[in-house]
Amino acid sequence: MIKLFKIKDQKKDDAGNANGRPVGKKQSAGELRLHKDISELNLPKTTTISFPNGKDDLMNFEVVVRPDEGYYLGGMFVFSFQVSPSYPYEPPKVKCKTKVYHPNIDLEGNVCLNILREDWKPVLNINTVIYGLNHLFMDPNDEDPLNHDAAAVLRSNPKLFESNVRRAMSGGYVGQIYFPRCCV
Amino acid sequence: MGDASAEERWRDLDKLLARPGNIVSPIFEPSPQLRDELGEYVRVLVVGAGGLGCELLKDLALSGFKNLEVIDMDTIEVSNLNRQFLFRIHDVGKSKAEVAARRVMERVSGVNIVPHFCRIEDKDIEFYRDFNIIALGLDSIEARSYINSVACSFLEYDDDDNPCEETIKPLVDGGTEGFKGHARVIMPGVTPCFECTIWLFPPQVKFPLCTLAETPRTAAHCIEYAHLIKWDEVHRGKTFDADNPEHMQWIYSEALKRAELFGITGVTYSLTQGVVKNIIPAIASTNAIVSAACALEALKIATGCSKTLSNYLTYNGLEGLHTKVTEFVRDQSCLVCGPGTLIELDILVTLSELIELLGEHPKLQLSKPSITHQGKNLYMQAPPVLEELTRSNLPLPLFDLMGRAPRGIIHATGFANKNGKRTSCLRKLRVVFKGAVDEGAANVDMAGVPA
Ligand SMILES: [Zn+2]
Repeated sequence: MIKLFKIKDQKKDDAGNANGRPVGKKQSAGELRLHKDISELNLPKTTTISFPNGKDDLMNFEVVVRPDEGYYLGGMFVFSFQVSPSYPYEPPKVKCKTKVYHPNIDLEGNVCLNILREDWKPVLNINTVIYGLNHLFMDPNDEDPLNHDAAAVLRSNPKLFESNVRRAMSGGYVGQIYFPRCCV
Repeated sequence: MGDASAEERWRDLDKLLARPGNIVSPIFEPSPQLRDELGEYVRVLVVGAGGLGCELLKDLALSGFKNLEVIDMDTIEVSNLNRQFLFRIHDVGKSKAEVAARRVMERVSGVNIVPHFCRIEDKDIEFYRDFNIIALGLDSIEARSYINSVACSFLEYDDDDNPCEETIKPLVDGGTEGFKGHARVIMPGVTPCFECTIWLFPPQVKFPLCTLAETPRTAAHCIEYAHLIKWDEVHRGKTFDADNPEHMQWIYSEALKRAELFGITGVTYSLTQGVVKNIIPAIASTNAIVSAACALEALKIATGCSKTLSNYLTYNGLEGLHTKVTEFVRDQSCLVCGPGTLIELDILVTLSELIELLGEHPKLQLSKPSITHQGKNLYMQAPPVLEELTRSNLPLPLFDLMGRAPRGIIHATGFANKNGKRTSCLRKLRVVFKGAVDEGAANVDMAGVPA
C-alpha cells in the first residue's frame, strides 16, 4: 500500500487539511445500543426516569421507583445508573441513592440483583434491570442478603420486618441506624 | 564503517522486498527502493507501550519502519520490568511511551519515534487520520473498541456500497493472556472490525454481591468484598483509585482480615492487585510471539511483500502448542464498519419528514424511529421526558441539525417488520444532501468577497 500512502502524503502537502472533513464525536457501539434501549423503554407505572445531564447524556440517569404494593408501598426510591462504553458487554452500574431497610440493598446503596452481576448477558437491557429493581420491592428475599440484619428479621418475623420497613420509610431508627424519610 | 554495518542490518529485509514471489500481494512491486519508501512514507502508530508495545516498537524499528509514534498514559512500575524489556529500574515512575521511544531510537539508528504520554481519548480524531497503519498492543476491550471506532470512522463507501480504498485505515491488533494470544488484521470495510466479532471476548466473570457479603469462599471473594463493599462503607464519597498504592494496601489488609474471619487462605498483595485491576498474567515470550506476528503483518500491509494474515491468528501455548488462523466474516450490518443505508435528501427535508420517509423506505420500513447524530439525540420516541426535550427538532431541516455538512452518518432505532414479526432494530444511515455545498469550500469563496 506504500503507493497509496505516498499519494495520500502528497495530497496532504498540496491541500493542507482541506480535503479531510472534520469527523465529529465518535459514538461507540455501546452508546448506540443504549440509545436503542432508552428509546424503546416501556416503564412500569411505578417507575419514572430522568436525565440529570440533559438529553444527550444517556450514560448517566436516574430511575425512581414508587412501589404500588407490598412492604414498600408509599416509598420512593432513587437509583442512579451508570452505563459504561462497553455496554452491553458490561452491565450498568446501579446504586440505590435512597437509604433503605431492605435485605438485598445495603446501607451504601449496593444492590444485590443477579442480572446486575453474575447473570448479566448482553441480550438483557435497561428495561430488564428496571423490572428487576421493581421486583426487589415486591418480593424482597432473605436468601441473598446484603443487609444481613434485615434479612434475618424478614426470615424469622415478617410482622416485625414490616413494621421496621414502615419505621425506616417514615424517617426513624431501626436498631442503631437512622433512615431519612422516603415516603411520598 | 558505520554505514556498511548499517546496510548489513537490512540485508535480509532487502531480499524480501527486492525479489518477486508467488504468494505476494497482487500489488507487490519488488524493488530495491522499497525499503527507503517504507522508511520515508509509512507512518505507524503503536498504541500501548507495555508488554506488547515494547516488542512492537522494537520489531517495527528493526523491520525498516522509520516513522513511528507511540501513545500510552501509563508510567513504569517495578512489576513491569520482567517483560517490558526497554525499561530499567531507574525508569520507574517515568512515562512508558517516552522511555520506550528513547530506548529504541538509541539502539536502531535512523528511526524516529514520537512519544505521546496521554490517554488515547485525549487526541482528536485528526491525530489518528495521519497514520497509515495503527498497531495495537492493548489489554483492554474498551480501548480496542475505541481505536476501532476511530479507524472505522475514516472509512467511506462509494455509491455501490464498496469501501473506498484510500479511506481504509488498517489496524493490526495483538493481545495476550498468559500462554494464550491472538494477532489479527483489520481492514475496515474488507475484513471484520473489532465490533463485528465482539463476541470473541466473553464478559468478565462477576461474583454475586451477596456472596461477597455473606458467603465468601475464595481469596478473590474477600478481595472483591473489600474493593466493592467495604471501601464505600469506610471512605464515604472518596473514589477508589486502583493506581494509588495506599488505596491498594488498604484493600489488601481488609481482604486479609476478612479471609482470616472465614478461614480462607491465599490473599496476597499481588493477587489483590490482580483481582482489583483485573490484571491478566503476562508472559514475556507470548508477548514476543504475538508482537512479532503483528509487526510482520504491518510490514506485509505496507509493502505487499506477502499476503496478509486472513484474518485472525490464535496462539495457545497451554497443553502443548496450537496455532490456528480463522477467517472471520464481516457483519454486513455492523454499526461501526458497515456501509449503512444510503439516503439522499434535499437540504430542506425536515426531521419529521425524514422520520416519515424511513417508514416508507423499501429497504428500511422503520416505524417509530428515534434518531441520533454524533452523540446528539435529535429525536427520541421514548421515554416521555426525552420525547418532550427533542420534539422541538421535528420541524427543523435535518441539514441544519447535522451541522450543514454535505454528508454524514446518523443512526435510527425503531421497529421493522421481519417475516410478519415486529422486531426492534438499530440502523446506520449514510445521509447525503443533494446540491449541498461543502461548508469548507464555501468559506474559502466567502473569504474573497468583500464584506
Ligand atoms: Zn464491524
